[in-house]
Amino acid sequence: MSTIKKVTVTALAAALGVTTLAACGSDGDAKDGGSGSSSKTVTLVTHDSFAVSDSVLADFTKQSGYKVKILKSGDAGTALNKEILTKGSPQGDVFFGVDNTLLSRALDKGLFTGYEAKGLDQVSDEVQLDKGEHRVTPVDTGDICVNYDKKFFADKKLAPPATFDDLIKPEYKNLLVVENAATSSPGLGFLLGTVAQYGEDQWTGYWKKLKANGVKVVDGWDQAYNEEFSGSAGGKKAKADRPLVVSYASSPPVEVLYSKPQPTTAPTGVATGTCFRQIEFAGLLDGAKNEAGGRALLDFMVSKTFQEDMPLNMFVNPVVKDTKLPELFTKFGVTVDKPGTVAPDTIAKNREQWVQTWSSLVVK
Amino acid sequence: MVLARREVARTGRRAELRATAARLGLMALPVTFLAVFFAYPVAAIVGRGLRDGGMWQFARIGEVIGRDDLQRVLWFTTWQALASTALTLLVALPGAYVFARLDFPGKRLLRAAVTIPFVLPTVVVGTAFLALVGRGGPLDELWGIRLDATVWAILLAHVFFNYAVVVRTVGGLWAQLDPRQEEAARVLGAGRIAAWRQVTLPALTPALAAAALMVFLFTFTSFGVVQILGGPSYATLEVEIYRQTAQLLDLRTAAVLTMVQFVAVGAVLAVHAWTLRRRESTLRLVDPARTARPPRGPGQWTLLGVVLTTIVLLLLAPLAVLVERSLDTPGGYGLDYYRALGDLDDSGSAFLVPPIEAVWNSLQYALAATAIAVLVGGLAAAALTRRAGRLVRGFDALLMLPLGVSAVTVGFGFLITLDEPPLDLRASWILVPLAQALVGVPFVVRTMLPVLRAVDGRLREAAAVLGASPLRVWREVDLPMVRRAVLIAAGFAFAVSLGEFGATVFIARPDHPTLPVAVARLIGRPGELNYGQAMALSTILMAVCATALLLLERTRVRNTSGEF
Repeated sequence: MSTIKKVTVTALAAALGVTTLAACGSDGDAKDGGSGSSSKTVTLVTHDSFAVSDSVLADFTKQSGYKVKILKSGDAGTALNKEILTKGSPQGDVFFGVDNTLLSRALDKGLFTGYEAKGLDQVSDEVQLDKGEHRVTPVDTGDICVNYDKKFFADKKLAPPATFDDLIKPEYKNLLVVENAATSSPGLGFLLGTVAQYGEDQWTGYWKKLKANGVKVVDGWDQAYNEEFSGSAGGKKAKADRPLVVSYASSPPVEVLYSKPQPTTAPTGVATGTCFRQIEFAGLLDGAKNEAGGRALLDFMVSKTFQEDMPLNMFVNPVVKDTKLPELFTKFGVTVDKPGTVAPDTIAKNREQWVQTWSSLVVK
Repeated sequence: MVLARREVARTGRRAELRATAARLGLMALPVTFLAVFFAYPVAAIVGRGLRDGGMWQFARIGEVIGRDDLQRVLWFTTWQALASTALTLLVALPGAYVFARLDFPGKRLLRAAVTIPFVLPTVVVGTAFLALVGRGGPLDELWGIRLDATVWAILLAHVFFNYAVVVRTVGGLWAQLDPRQEEAARVLGAGRIAAWRQVTLPALTPALAAAALMVFLFTFTSFGVVQILGGPSYATLEVEIYRQTAQLLDLRTAAVLTMVQFVAVGAVLAVHAWTLRRRESTLRLVDPARTARPPRGPGQWTLLGVVLTTIVLLLLAPLAVLVERSLDTPGGYGLDYYRALGDLDDSGSAFLVPPIEAVWNSLQYALAATAIAVLVGGLAAAALTRRAGRLVRGFDALLMLPLGVSAVTVGFGFLITLDEPPLDLRASWILVPLAQALVGVPFVVRTMLPVLRAVDGRLREAAAVLGASPLRVWREVDLPMVRRAVLIAAGFAFAVSLGEFGATVFIARPDHPTLPVAVARLIGRPGELNYGQAMALSTILMAVCATALLLLERTRVRNTSGEF
């Protein structure tokens, strides 16, 4: 090896070490500077499905003077659990994405500081689940429902199912795929939907019938929707053979939005009698470094600007009354009139027991 | 005369002292790195689960281990790992032979290709693999056999992932065994099988043991494959730890399971270290380029045919499915999905940046992770090369432990420990390369150790006695010999970092998604375009990995066999 090479290799090795350390240091400094009490940055901790338009964030900065930093922290359950673990030394100022199925876990742990957001009077009453203390602010709702493959049912000249009762009829045998209630949020939502429909004593009987009718359980939404459901783009390529899947009421418009060219009708439909309503909340984290910024962000999340932006970004419904829905939603979406609901306290008390019962009934 | 001898003895002692000091010095950084970024976070999260009001609750361990469902998980974890290891050896050993002993066109390319699965994220491969053994796959079309949601899908996927481990570890050594030794045995009257059993097999045993250990370790801690292909009915310890931690927040159960896995992996490593030491023998190695010949006779041609068929069906077909799907647009085959990757509007709002930027992010992270892994792993390997006491040998096994601890445990550990200055790294980009480097370090150590150990220690001693400083000894003696090994180790660390998903998904920042994270995010939303883009990005990831691996092939070390 020539001397030049020797020197180069040695220098390279040294440089790598130094830059690594330097990178560590400089980044640490930058962070310390950014999280001081006089900070103009407000950090929003949320789940992976969170999305917002850049222009809307710019609006917020213009209005309030705060810049938003978004920290996606895993799926909804994981993101919340991380916050619970780091309680008192939170990763950010506001947490968005705790829903009614996990709300009690967050409230019991004292994760949030109370704050009544400006504009809350425009939010419908039935989604304000912590009205007394305002530890959380409702931001959006979404419905977990069975979706169907329109083409399959048209080809078979069979009416698609509409209700929970339909799903256990013999003509729909071996057609439905659902997610694991223990590991997937739509899976849990669907289980809670059956609890809402049949009551705390009868839902197990329903699931026995559903199992006898050939329901298939997979672990997560990805697999159920992209691998097993014949109506989705991924499912078609995977030659999927289940025309019924537990997904969201907003999935059909999304199928339309992400197709090129856009079809004139959605390839999938929604069984509106099988829905469970999810409500998503945001809250000011206890121990937040930038409380003022956090409060401003909460105000903003229930403002018209943010609410109108949500549907096409996260495919959820606004909670503020009279928010204009995008055409995609009005044209391809469905309205769910009577979604199932279960009170958060009841969910909190029974969730684990129900999931365990469900697991031993359906999975094992 | 007497004086001179005493002088020499004193110099020798001083050199020995200096060597000890050097060894400790070399170990300082790796030990600190592992202590801060591995042991401390893991201990903290396990402690969180086992402590209550400042008291250790060891009774919990018994409670949790006694649970029926968790015993089933432990049993499944163990037997599927054993079965996967056996199956992988069975399928891959003929491949190891063919790559070692036979020459055929396209060999280099093929060797790089079979390594791709090893570094692909499981999110992607699970999808591709289902397409092959599930409904509508060739098995289904031809014979109506579907393996999805059976344990066979898991076992075959494990073969798919670990084929390269066997081919590279065993094949690498095999290629350097002098075929004349076996020939000599045959001339002396031994049958073909007897000659192989008595000459080649013993020489291959250390590599076989190393390969089996690695495959067992990877399958014992299997996460993505089991999560995707196992459905709700099968879970390994790793999957269960993830469920208990991330979904159920049952830290107590997770802590006990982590400890069970830790003990199991530690035991396997200890047994391995023990058998390896007993079997370590000096082999006369030759240039691999001289041992491979074009196939001769019907036996070798058949074997080559069988191996190539296996590779095409089991390894290349799933990869081809991904490429096909990435090109299959509604308007016929085309590059639409690839074009969409550069456009933020088309990707909707799953991202804050166009998905194609994930490629650049991934490369940057992987480079940083590689630098850290090579630095830490290289120093550790250098320390381990010196004549080592019991303590240092234990350190050798310890370096492998990060492979045996679940990413989610490390991730949650990072979260609750690295939250205060001077280590407030939770929002820092360096966290991703650090986590990736944890996985990369064992690879670097395992690749560099055999090479460094092959350096004749007397050369170092001579240099030291002649007055060279330890640094100078390393520069003049070791470095020239290990330069290629460093490159190979770096290549592996790079590829592994590129594909790392478990820890990265946990800590990657939203404006800086890595390739596997971007794929997972795209696949997580409905719509044709999202699905197509996910497949296109996966294909790009494959191409990047393949390129890195092909470059590696060009710098293969002669006369040495890394353990991967």
